[in-house]
This record gives sequence, structure tokens and C-alpha cells, in this order.
Amino acid sequence: MPRKLMKGNYAAVYGAILAGCKSYYGYPITPASEIAESASALFPKFGRTFLQAESEVAAINMVYGAAGCGQRVLTGSSGPGISLKQEGISYCAGSALPCVIVDIMRGGPGLGNIGPEQSDYNQVVKGGGHGNYKVIVLAPNSAQEMCDLTMLAFELADKYRNPAFVLTDGVIGQMMEAVELPEPVTELPDKSEWAVYGTADSRHLINSIYLDHDDLERWNRELMKKYAIIQKNEVRVEEYRMDDAEIVAIGYGSCSRVIRSAVDLARERGIKLGMLRPITLFPFPATEIASLPDRGVKGILTFEMSDGQLVDDVNLALKGKMISDLHNRMGGNVPSAQEICEKVSELYGV
Amino acid sequence: MAHKTVLRKPKGFIDVYKHKPGAEKDRTHYCPGCGHGILHKLIAEALEDFDIVDKTIVISPVGCSVFAYYYFHTGNLQVPHGRAPAVATSVSRANPDSVVISYQGDGDLAAIGGNNILQAANRGENMVVFFVNNAIYGMTGGQMAPTTLEGQITTTTPYGRNVKTDGYPLQMCEIINQLTAPVYVTRTSLHDMPNIRKTRAAVRKGIKNAMDKKGFSFIEVLSMCPSGWKMDSVPAQEWIKENMLPRFPLSTLRDISEDTPAVERPVPVMDPDEVKNILGYGALSDSNLTKNPDAAFEKVALRVAGFGGQGIMSAGIALANVGMEYGYNVSWLPSYGPEMRGGTANCSVKIQSETIGASECTEPNMLIAMNQPSLEKFEKIIVPGGALIYNTTLIDREPTRKDVKVYAVPITGIADDLGDTRVQSMVNVGAFAAVTGMFDPSEIESLMSSLFEGKPEKVVKLNEKAVRKGYEYVKENFS
Repeated sequence: MPRKLMKGNYAAVYGAILAGCKSYYGYPITPASEIAESASALFPKFGRTFLQAESEVAAINMVYGAAGCGQRVLTGSSGPGISLKQEGISYCAGSALPCVIVDIMRGGPGLGNIGPEQSDYNQVVKGGGHGNYKVIVLAPNSAQEMCDLTMLAFELADKYRNPAFVLTDGVIGQMMEAVELPEPVTELPDKSEWAVYGTADSRHLINSIYLDHDDLERWNRELMKKYAIIQKNEVRVEEYRMDDAEIVAIGYGSCSRVIRSAVDLARERGIKLGMLRPITLFPFPATEIASLPDRGVKGILTFEMSDGQLVDDVNLALKGKMISDLHNRMGGNVPSAQEICEKVSELYGV
Repeated sequence: MAHKTVLRKPKGFIDVYKHKPGAEKDRTHYCPGCGHGILHKLIAEALEDFDIVDKTIVISPVGCSVFAYYYFHTGNLQVPHGRAPAVATSVSRANPDSVVISYQGDGDLAAIGGNNILQAANRGENMVVFFVNNAIYGMTGGQMAPTTLEGQITTTTPYGRNVKTDGYPLQMCEIINQLTAPVYVTRTSLHDMPNIRKTRAAVRKGIKNAMDKKGFSFIEVLSMCPSGWKMDSVPAQEWIKENMLPRFPLSTLRDISEDTPAVERPVPVMDPDEVKNILGYGALSDSNLTKNPDAAFEKVALRVAGFGGQGIMSAGIALANVGMEYGYNVSWLPSYGPEMRGGTANCSVKIQSETIGASECTEPNMLIAMNQPSLEKFEKIIVPGGALIYNTTLIDREPTRKDVKVYAVPITGIADDLGDTRVQSMVNVGAFAAVTGMFDPSEIESLMSSLFEGKPEKVVKLNEKAVRKGYEYVKENFS
């Protein structure tokens, strides 16, 4: 397979081009700026639109417009920029508009710093804007997945007419790896039933207003049904050395890369550590996590670069059958595999 | 012969307002005496007369005209408060042959969306903007707008707008006219028939501009808000004349559409083969070099560290690229924090056959230290039995570690002898190849043209020499 060494941020843009994304609207922010930069270099080569918007808010509203016109459309940002985009994302969800947003998480709250963190988990996975909605959230942990999962995000966004996030942290965005470039998408889905093209047949309405209370409740229930279908069909996880695992470390993004190293290290020390890595954060792999106690697992350690945002969902999934421990780092610090191993030994006496 | 007069709605309107809730689907939601209905009608008539109802897309804002989509028989997008010009931007880019109408009130356009309108105007987006200025927030019940007049009483200026604390009424036409890109900027009013006729002409001019892809047209329309102003319809018309006109004079500030060429937008390339061609699939790595089974290292976790400008990052990237050509899994992670601007730089490179876990080398089995602070900082984290290459040109003390294999190489000196300090990154690549045995220098040479794609032949050759020199120095001194 043909391979190219590239940053995760670039790989997301390659994925978008290959997925038939026609426009990019964004605003620069570290550590996501390479997404806008590479889009500005690549999109014009294909006669596709790159526009540096005047603000994060403008960018997401441009995404709303392009999505309403049936285009596959991409934007990228990080923490503070995602906070600003939330109103527009809510509108996209409320108007059932498919679009893809890449979030390369950095340290917070406030201006925080530009180091890697995972503290946008709640504001992304829980649908951080106003109103009842969810977004599909994919969590790549390599440059390859930045490409592949961006392509998948477009596919799922269109399939469910819903915004989709590619959520990762500064490490994955900034890291270079060899990426096998897949084949471009050959056929794009037909959106002529709802998209606005400025033609007689496309006199559609893109809208999230439902003045009548019953109408709005009905629409919310339809959205809930859609999310239940997504929950049923689209959960994706990766397991590593789980067959005989007695202790399981759960983490996503760059944490899962460290966990993988920690698992190998622990095994060298005779500790039966395995990894369960959510690839989708919504839908969350609740069933897979709930089944861990029945698989002979004696300890669960959630490892995240945030203040317990992920472990809350893990424990919600476990429904009290077990309680997951938490090991976390913040502020831009990425733990080492040794650190996780030591934590495992300390917590579980192994 | 007598004409038969048929009274009907213009075709720019939907015949029965199906999106409007409630029983009254034949009339608008606007208050009696409001100007929106008049302006809607002028627009709808123009769309019919120009035969462009089918290709028009209307952006409905937040404000009283939030429900503009009830009425226009066009494509419709209802959008967040203030963002109509941003949405209209991408709608116009996505459908370059459509006629995009962005319709906004004064709070929407001049307050919360102030930047969006300026930037869309400044980009010369192909759209026509209708800006309804009634000096008040109508939908929310009569609060101060950015265009509220000095002394005007609203529900949030109960003592009258005080310019000392609330600022002055914004004159948007005059502001937009400061920009280079707009082609048509005008202000009209709806307060009497002669002015409605002038507004009709302006509406047609703006829409025609969008049809002809002339770019950005801005039409500010002074409009009555009897409910917000708490007065009857006829006094409301008089109120515009007496109070608004002095502050918002009616005139065409700019009309350069005749002399402006049409906006051109490219046609997107979507053909898969062409996409692959443009992305350069043909030139991608096929990873066909054979790994050396007798290499001293079967996997490497490397830190390269030194000053910014010493080619630290590029050495790491080159090594990862070469590793990829040999079919290894590779990763390269830069220190991308604030230190990147503070003078020091380091990166982690992993080259191995197995899947790579953590990409940061917290326990490297090799360090390339290009300056003294880097040696001091990272020497201690090398695993026992690992390797340390240090730059003797800039480091004058010996490493303290005795349990690692030390290679003292005058990296900067070798580069200087070649005539260009910048090639020290490739001296490092050569030294790495000699220490690890993972790469063959002549095979690295075969990759030089792709590693230095687009660079002059001279540069490629010089870097090739640098690889060779780095390799030979280690071979000659440490075999």
C-alpha cells in the first residue's frame, strides 16, 4: 500500500479530500492550525473551497450553510474554539445537518495552554451546546486513523444526518506517522430530498424552529430515536491483550497509545493487564464495558488526560457492578507507560 | 380593449404559507404598519419579474424576519442570530449559480453579527443583503438596537438612549462604504410611496447584481415598527421622516457594479482518479527497501535534542521517512509547546517492526544531543545499554553515563566543513545509520530526491554528502 509520512492534522485533511469533502471553513488555533493550513494548501488544488473565517462562530455557521446545501464540509478547532462553535453545532444538530468537526484538544480551562489534554470530552460527547442533542464522536489514536476516521465521520454524518466529531488531542494531531492512503470515495450520498441547491426541485427549508410545543417535543423524540439507533449500530472499540486480562485499562486517543505500551510492559512483569479502547465516544461502548466483570476482570483503571470526565461514563456503564479507578494527568502532561504500570501495581497489589 | 386585472401574490411568495403554524396561512405574521411586509413584497415581485424564483435562496435571520421562510417560494435556510452573512457566504460558494439573499434586522446585523457583515462585505461575497433598520429590537419587545436614535426611549433605555453610556446610532451604510469590495451600497426608506418606489428600484438593482455575480450589494431600508415604537402606523411613517432621516440620510453611497467583473468560482474536482493523481499517489512510498537482519538495533526509540535551527525536527522527520521506506512502523513527535519559540527543540522518533504504542520516548534507547543543555536534560533518561551521539563541536564536556555506548561526533563541524551548517540534520541521519546498522547509506542516497522534493539539485547533492560524511565518521572512529 502506498504510504506517506504525515502529521495527524494533515491526515484528517487527506481523509476529508478522499471522502469528497467540498469545502473547509475554519479559524486558526494551536494545536489544530495545521488542519487549516493543509486545507488551504490542498483544497484549492481540487477547485474546492477553503475559507479562513473571521471567527470560530462564523466558521461553524459557514459549515451550517454548506451542509444545508448538501456539501460534505469540514472544520477544525481546539478547546476554546469548540466552545465558541457550540451554538452553531446545536443548530446543525437541530436542523439535522451532516458535517464533520475535528477537535484537537488542548489544555484548559480558559486559555489554559496548548499542550495535549482531553478536557473537551464533556463539551463534545455530551452535545455541549444548548438543547437536547448528541453528536457522533470518533476518537482516533494514530495518523492513520485521523485519515480513516475522518472518512468514516463523513459517512456516518450523512447516514444519520447528524454532526460528527473527530476528537483527539494535541499528541495525535502533531505526531507524524506513515499513513496508507485509502481509495477515494467514488459515490456520494443523494441528499436531494432535503438539501438546498438553488433549483426548482430543491426549494427545501433548513430550519430548527418548532414553535408548537408538541411539534418540538415530537422532533426531540425523533432525535432520541435516531441516537438510540446510532447507539445500537455504531459502537466501535479496540481490545488489546484482553483474552486473559485480569486488570483492564480504559482510555482513548493518545492515552490508549500509552496504555498499549503499558500493557506490554506489565506483561513483561507478569501482570495480566489488557486494554479496552473506545473508538466511538458517542455511541459510548457501555455494553462492552458492562461485560468486563463477567469476563473475569478484577480491576478497571480508567486513564484520561482530563478531570474524570471519561471515568464518569465508564462507571455509569458499569452500573455499580464494579467501580473503575481513575488515573489522570492534566495541564499538557502525558503520562508514561511506566507510570501506568506503577499505578496498576499500587492499586491492585500486583 | 380593457385589461382584465388579476389580483394575486407575486410568484416569489409561496401561495399558501404552509410552514406558518395556525389557521391564517394567507397572511404574514408581521404587525399592521410594519415595513417588513412591504420589503418582502418588493423582493418577491422582483424574483418573479427576473424569473429567478427557482434559483433564489433566502437566509432568514433571528428577529422579526426569522419567519421570512414562511413566505418566499425559494430555497430557505433559517440561521442563528447575526450569522446570516456567514451562512450566505457558504451557500453562495456551494451554489455559485444561485441568487443568495441575506435578510437581516438591525440588532442581528449591526450588533451581534457586526463582524460577520463586515467580513462578508469585505470578501465581496456574491449576495444581496437587505438590512431592515427600524431603530429597535422588534421581536424581543422593543429593546435598544445599535441604530436606536439618541434620546430614543426603548425598554432598555427607559430614560432615552444616552450616547455617553450607550454610544451613537451605527450608520452601517457609511461603515460598509469604507470597504473596497462591495459593489452597491444604498439606503432607502419605506415611509411613503415615492420612497417605496425608490426602494423597489434598489431591491431590483441588488438582486440583479447577485444574478450577474457582481459581488456584494448592501441595501439598508429604513422601516416602520409601530409596535416597538408604541404608535399608530401613520405617525410611524412621520416618525421616520422627522427622526430617522437626519441621522440616516437616504442616498446611494456606491454603485460600481457596471464596471465590476463577475465573481468566478472553480468547479470542484471529484473524479477519484484525478483526486489520486493530484494527491500524488504515484509518487508515494512503497516501502520496498529490505530491513537489515544483522542490524545492531532492531528497534529504536530516539530523542533528538538541541537548539532551534539545528535541524532537530528535520533530522527526526528524515529518519522516520527512511524507516518507513524500509517498511518499519515509524512515529515522530515534536515538542510543540512554548519551548518551540524559546530556542530549544526536541523530538521523539520511534522506528520498529511492531505496532507503536506511546510515541513520546520517555525511555529512549538512543539520544542525539546537539548542544550542552540537551545532553544534560536527556542523558539521564537513556536506557542502560543504549546509545548516545553527542555533538562535540558544541559540547565540551564528556557525558557522565558509563552504561551507554557513547559516540562523540563533531556534527556541526562536519556540516561546516561541507560549507553549510544546515546540513547537520543529514550528518545525523548518516551517523544514525552507522550506529544502528538499520539503514544503508547508499539506499538513503536513493531516497534523497524524494526527501528533498522540490529542492535544487545542488542542495540534494550536498545533503547526500552530509549523510555519507556522518556515516563514515562513525564507521572510521567507532568500529
